[in-house]
Amino acid sequence: MNPSALLAVSQTALELGLICSLTVLALFLSYSMLNVCDLSTDGCFTLGAAVGAVVAASGHPLLSIPAAMLAGMASGFVTAILQTKMGIDSLLAGIIVNTGLYSINIMVMAGAPNINLNKKDTIFTMAKDLLAGTPLAGQQNTVIAAVAAALTVLFLTVFLNTRLGLAIRATGNNPDMVRSSSINPAFTTIVGLCVANAFTGLSGCLMAQSQKQAEINIGTGMVTIALASLLIGATLLGRGGIFTRAAGMVLGAFIFRFVYAVALRLDMPAFMLKLVSSVIVALAIAAPYLKQQWPTIRRRLSYRQTAARRGEN
Amino acid sequence: MLNISHISKTFNPGTVNEKRAISDLSLHLNAGDFVTIIGSNGAGKSTLFNAVCGDFLTDAGSIVLNGQDITFMPAFRRAKRIGRLFQDPMRGSAPGMTIEENLALAAGSGGWLSHVTAGEKKRFRDRLALLDMGLEDRMKQPVGLLSGGQRQALTLLMSTMNPPRLLLLDEHTAALDPGTAEKVLKLTRDIVSEHKITTMMVTHNMNQALELGNRTLMMDGGNIVLDISGREREGLTVVDLLKKFRAGAGKDLDNDRILLS
Repeated sequence: MNPSALLAVSQTALELGLICSLTVLALFLSYSMLNVCDLSTDGCFTLGAAVGAVVAASGHPLLSIPAAMLAGMASGFVTAILQTKMGIDSLLAGIIVNTGLYSINIMVMAGAPNINLNKKDTIFTMAKDLLAGTPLAGQQNTVIAAVAAALTVLFLTVFLNTRLGLAIRATGNNPDMVRSSSINPAFTTIVGLCVANAFTGLSGCLMAQSQKQAEINIGTGMVTIALASLLIGATLLGRGGIFTRAAGMVLGAFIFRFVYAVALRLDMPAFMLKLVSSVIVALAIAAPYLKQQWPTIRRRLSYRQTAARRGEN
Repeated sequence: MLNISHISKTFNPGTVNEKRAISDLSLHLNAGDFVTIIGSNGAGKSTLFNAVCGDFLTDAGSIVLNGQDITFMPAFRRAKRIGRLFQDPMRGSAPGMTIEENLALAAGSGGWLSHVTAGEKKRFRDRLALLDMGLEDRMKQPVGLLSGGQRQALTLLMSTMNPPRLLLLDEHTAALDPGTAEKVLKLTRDIVSEHKITTMMVTHNMNQALELGNRTLMMDGGNIVLDISGREREGLTVVDLLKKFRAGAGKDLDNDRILLS
């Protein structure tokens, strides 16, 4: 691959990685902190895309950001209520909301499976005008995504060190201890999932506007892709304070997209993205377990060999 | 101070696993009481603690703490007034968070969006130094790196950070090695007497049950079969206690972990 092609690949990976890093940061909050695997992520991502696109198409690109975040928050609220107040298992709660969101997302897009933003103003076209003539001209997608990722990392660093943030982290770590600190774990779960899904919604909103269209399948497989990025990030920068770990999430998102983009260049078909992310997630989660089991497996094999040898004699 | 009247709890009612864990139990504690509790396996000691802490709601009866009816109060609200330590030293703290963060949560001062202040950090340091375990120099380390004894001492500190009205100790030194257990027990006595906290402690050490505190309860079959304090308790030996248990419960004390010496 020649240098200019590599640059182009990094450029795409950076832009997509930064936009998706918001979803990774959302899972950092729900999966790593609250210990809830939020399977409504796919639907919530699409919801953010749909709501953002509708608001932007109606002529208010700036409003699309709070609108998508609020929509995500509402979706997170429903997931959280189902699991904390209605006794539904957290995985099932996510699946239920995800299924329901499919209809809602079509409803948001006025019954159509997609919305085209081709000739509409988006936050990216607005930024393009703003950046014209500066050294960053033409880089509006990367700039906006970078600003969003940086603000989110900053927010999480501050938020997760407040008393509420500590309580949210403890909820995933030891809910008994949260209760004995006179804090209701149901409350911390609700707040945590609302905040996390606001970022998932924002992520979808930015994705739709950068691609100039929202469509019903934009979020499909997002939870696995984000988990893969999260696990890569946690492997590289898993220790240390919240800031380091959150920055690791962004790095993980970029690396995942970069590897994927390189693979595309090497003629891997685009439909392989989801298989690749599935394999990464499965391997990354299984690795610690297999590592722990390895001595037993090895002993069994050598035991069998010795037994076989004894049988020969 | 604590007034438990006629509480009952049956688990799995109407099934083959039906178990009447507490039956018509009443207990009154005076402010400043330090009560030790011993009993046979499945006597309902831990169930009594769980009922007081609100892990489940009782089927009948009422629980009043300091004049406030807490019968239907959710567990996390009761935790403001009731501190509790378990036998398992891992249950009281969050392993993935630092000592400082654990203490900050337990201290619970300031609003939801407030950060730990320098003054608070100093206070945590001073309190940790009292443990004499060197933890004050490890405030930024995750709690998961501490030993069982260190974690139990930290939990004790956390649950008395804001002195509770009532402290429930459920064999909190049983899982520790003898030396550490001694240390944690001494800390418990110091903290309890410093803040004059009303305390109930389950133990399987008969000597400890008689030495510590001012009152001893023996439980069997979901009820209190023996309640001794004052004159009657002074000079009582383990043998006397076992005799009294047989008289009260109509059978020998049956606990596979009991320490008679």
